[in-house]
Amino acid sequence: MSDYHYDNQTVKGFIVSSIFWGVVGILIGLWISVQMWKPEWNIPPFFTFGRLRVVHTNGLAFGLGIGAIFGISYYIVMRLTKRSLLFPKLARFHLYLFNVAIALAAVSLFAGMNQSLEYAELEWPLDIVVVILWVIFAVNVFGTIIKRKEEQMYVSLWYIIATVIAVAVLYIVNNLSIPAGLFKSYHLFAGVNSANVEWWYGHNAVGFIFTTPILAMFYYFLPKSTGIPIYSHRLSIIAFWSLIFAYLWTGAHHLVYTPLPDWIQTLAIVFTIFLIAPSWGSVVNGYYTVGSDWSKMQTHYLTKFFVLGITFYGLQTVQGPTQGLRVVSQLIHYTDWVPGHVHMGTMGWVTLTAAASIYYIIPKIYNTEIYSVKIANTHFWLVLIGQLMFSITMWITGIQQGALWKAVTPEGSLKYTFMETLARNYPFWQLRTVAGLIFTIGMLFFIYNIYMTMRKGKALAAAKA
Amino acid sequence: MASEIHHKLHTSPILFAVLATVAILVGTVVTMFYPMLTPEMHPKLENLKPYTPLQLAGKDIYQREGCNNCHTQTVRPLKTEVMRYGEYSKAGEFAYDRPFLWGSKRTGPDLARIGEKYPDAWHYFHFENPQALFAESNMPSYAWLKNRKLDPSDIEPHMKALGLPYTPGDVTALAGKTEMDALVAYMQVIGTSVKKKAEAAARPAVKETHVPNPLAGDPKAIALGKELFKSNCAMCHGENAKGGIGPSLVDNEFLYVAGDVPDDDYFEIIHNGTQPGMVEDGRTAKGGMPPFKGTLDKDKIWSVVAYIRSLQGK
Repeated sequence: MSDYHYDNQTVKGFIVSSIFWGVVGILIGLWISVQMWKPEWNIPPFFTFGRLRVVHTNGLAFGLGIGAIFGISYYIVMRLTKRSLLFPKLARFHLYLFNVAIALAAVSLFAGMNQSLEYAELEWPLDIVVVILWVIFAVNVFGTIIKRKEEQMYVSLWYIIATVIAVAVLYIVNNLSIPAGLFKSYHLFAGVNSANVEWWYGHNAVGFIFTTPILAMFYYFLPKSTGIPIYSHRLSIIAFWSLIFAYLWTGAHHLVYTPLPDWIQTLAIVFTIFLIAPSWGSVVNGYYTVGSDWSKMQTHYLTKFFVLGITFYGLQTVQGPTQGLRVVSQLIHYTDWVPGHVHMGTMGWVTLTAAASIYYIIPKIYNTEIYSVKIANTHFWLVLIGQLMFSITMWITGIQQGALWKAVTPEGSLKYTFMETLARNYPFWQLRTVAGLIFTIGMLFFIYNIYMTMRKGKALAAAKA
Repeated sequence: MASEIHHKLHTSPILFAVLATVAILVGTVVTMFYPMLTPEMHPKLENLKPYTPLQLAGKDIYQREGCNNCHTQTVRPLKTEVMRYGEYSKAGEFAYDRPFLWGSKRTGPDLARIGEKYPDAWHYFHFENPQALFAESNMPSYAWLKNRKLDPSDIEPHMKALGLPYTPGDVTALAGKTEMDALVAYMQVIGTSVKKKAEAAARPAVKETHVPNPLAGDPKAIALGKELFKSNCAMCHGENAKGGIGPSLVDNEFLYVAGDVPDDDYFEIIHNGTQPGMVEDGRTAKGGMPPFKGTLDKDKIWSVVAYIRSLQGK
């Protein structure tokens, strides 16, 4: 039972697959960023902005994000239960099915098969495959935890358990639809009700894909890589339960000033503000952990990934609730501010934390050291600069758009036509493409580093054999 | 005691999972499931009509092409937003929308009140080459939709799945129509269930007393009018106002009847736009002119009128 080799191969398979889909998603992201200021880069019918944008979001959320979450969670679960996976063959099948599903997802989205529900675009046959993927993951995770060899369940396991439960409820309910053929369906819910269900899902997909499983990684790999135990176990307990309780109330802050009943909007705004507390519970816990020995920032290259990651999580979870307020929403909703916000979370918090986890796992699996700390540092600074430049330019242009849309002349009529407000975005959209390029180059450094580490590990193993 | 519960919770995965499920379901039930059982989540405006097969085909194409990634379909109850787009969105407008298509990003303008704002010809022209209408637009061309024929046998199951009423004739009538036809038909029905508020007349109530253009002949106003005409009017009425999608403004014909009308009729039509059947000075409009009262103030409208007069040589 002490032989983890087979399961480690599965973990590695997920990591490599997620990096592959990540590259696809990032390149499409660059492409659509150019389409924003150069419409000639639209190539109908398959490669117009309207179709590519969903390949970008799905490719990165499902391909890079969930792929990394599956693989890294398997790794964490094995370590924290002190045993190999309960169903190793099933996990391997999970890996293959995952890749088939993401490939089919990309093809179907290129083809325009699209439910038009944000982050739930895939048509119903693929929805069923996605549910099967999560059921396999749930069976293996719960099975392994139940048959564990370590009595206590560490906080990372709580977050993984909560992720599985929440995703199951959210994904199944929001994807309930009326099929009209194999490639087309209509939402079971109509109008305002459809909107309420979708954003209950949409916001919590963020909560339980981009938050809880990433916190699981953070709570496991930060102490592991720095050697410092988590600052407060009690704080992590309070933060966990209040986070998973409060998250599900907040979806309607995406629907402020829409025809959705006001009381649902207001309730969502209130809980959104409350959500700052549990989010910052983890931020404080992270900071105080590293705070017991800040020299780790210099002596161990991964520390800064985690510290900056949790910093962006902290900023994200203050900025998000602020955006929910009516007075802020009326200015920045529907503008480029929102992509600026989203990309701070995804490029900052999620990618930094997941990349650091992968930097930790791959040398462990190969029983070696990272190929180059210097390249890892270059990767860090490039993605940091790229992400900050991306978010800041989008915040500026978002505020500008909101202000121009609202501007009135002294006589009381609108000051700008829509075209005038659009044209002023172009320089910012061009800067955003540059920012994306810098981020992409940073990610290429990361991939090269991981590839060389694996090569080194293989050579070592061959030499031993 | 507390530490005992704590210990039990963190050593019993089943108990832990059950409690986590309960925590997750409370907010779900209150904000998502409960409202679904109340009538306020299922409103329907009296004027709201189900989609016809052609309109539904257009809506399907709107979804397929991901138009909702750049266009919203909900006007917020904010002053400047109502000025720009029209009446704010009502919950009862969307009863046939599965799913809702409100969107989350306005790279392009909101479309909640696009229906009947422009004539069909405007949409065909714009879809084919958006930059020909708005030089700085970043919208991709959808000219290729003109070459793709609708397949009636494809649309019928969609009508059935949604339980929408239709006759066999409606379906056979789709033969020969293109995807572009369908998309334009969908554009023209969006948001039309909300009756346009009776447009308040812009000039004094007594129709007989005509108000002259206070800026008539003013060179400054004519120069400003020229600017405004270029960015607001030329795309439909042509660079020199000789007509295009909209009628010529220099041919001594007004609302399809020979002979000119006074300045304030020009003002009113620019201010309020036209609706089919609207009567102005005994002449009947066919609709298609959008209102500019949100974007152009009084002086700007008079300046445009002064410019048009200068083109007419008056």
